[in-house]
Amino acid sequence: MNDKFEYLLRQGDNALILSQQISQLCGKGPALEEDMALTNVALDLLGQTRMWLAYAGELEGRGRGEDQLAYLRDAHDMRCCLLVEQPNGNYAETIMRQFYFDSWHYFLMQGLLKSSDARIAQIAEKSIKEVTYHLRRSGDLVVRMGDGTAHSHGLTQAAANDLWMYSGEMFIYDGVDDAMVEQGVAPASEPLRAAFLEHVGEIFAEATLVMPAPSAWMQRGGKQGRHSEHLGFILAEMQFLQRAYPGAQW
Amino acid sequence: MSAQAVSTEQVWSWLGQVSDPEIPVISVVDLGIVRAVEWAGDECVVTITPTYSGCPAMAVIAQAVTDALHGHGVHKVRLVNQLSPAWTTDWMSEAGKAALKGYGIAPPAQQVIDISGLHGGVKRGAAPKLTVLCPNCGSSHTELTSQFGSTPCKALYKCLDCREPFDYFKCH
Repeated sequence: MNDKFEYLLRQGDNALILSQQISQLCGKGPALEEDMALTNVALDLLGQTRMWLAYAGELEGRGRGEDQLAYLRDAHDMRCCLLVEQPNGNYAETIMRQFYFDSWHYFLMQGLLKSSDARIAQIAEKSIKEVTYHLRRSGDLVVRMGDGTAHSHGLTQAAANDLWMYSGEMFIYDGVDDAMVEQGVAPASEPLRAAFLEHVGEIFAEATLVMPAPSAWMQRGGKQGRHSEHLGFILAEMQFLQRAYPGAQW
Repeated sequence: MSAQAVSTEQVWSWLGQVSDPEIPVISVVDLGIVRAVEWAGDECVVTITPTYSGCPAMAVIAQAVTDALHGHGVHKVRLVNQLSPAWTTDWMSEAGKAALKGYGIAPPAQQVIDISGLHGGVKRGAAPKLTVLCPNCGSSHTELTSQFGSTPCKALYKCLDCREPFDYFKCH
């Protein structure tokens, strides 16, 4: 039961932190349409966060709801992967982070549709429609920027290279992930990674980008609560209100 | 008031008067959000499903449904939030689609069944090429501006004939 709680936190925290990151760009998008797309994706991810963390709280049975889990845990208790806490950076970096995340997220949701846990399968069923739109958009943008001007191509290739070492953690399974696979709750890593690599490869080919080596060394630790220095700053802003005014409500 | 006094059909028709808070010309029933109405003793149980998981209108919709039934004398109302089967624009009624068009929002252009499809659902060019009719002049000569519009459920289009930009209620 503890494994499943941890697994749910990972899903919820990934969506929560990426949502928080993208929503910081609200009103700052490079074009009006992009600004709206960013906030829409952030909203979808926040909605998904609520479903994951609400379930996690129920399973834990200690009276912690989605709000407590989101706003009252410190960095070492957060279970998001390192990818989502990387800075927004330039727009190529924002989109590349999104593309790597969406590519993994989409295939994971597909796997979770068949989860032995009915509630998880339902959340996946709800999420995958949204994630499909997310991945179509981020893939389109990678192609546009990669196969764009020499300047946009250079920035996009650099973003692809720099973020690559954060694209593997989701496929490096630990005891929690293995327990979930064993119980039929979550899909195995290998097919998931194969689908991810195939999709990223196709998009990069069309985008005239060079895909970094799949065998490259990958950063890890976020899922276990060992985070980069960026997460503390994200939480400081995201959690300020609930820390300063406990129990505050709209 | 209880099952003896009020039929579920009556409750459905009352809910048909409850507007979507974002798009007031369409009711929550026409939008396909209300999935079931049942009596459990003297308690009216209404099952609703969110359009998008982050839809901020859901809380308002739940309150509006409760208020409407209270207004008709049904005092015990329980709302059940159902995730599966996930909401789809296929559940939108024809009356609802006509109301959207009259309001200046192009209704969903096709049956969805399953937006995500299999792997092809996210392959480049896999997104179906839709003919979206301009709600202002009826032209089919329209172009997608952005997959994401003013709310999660809408995309931005523009008409290449009358030059008006418009919202399109996208397939989901």
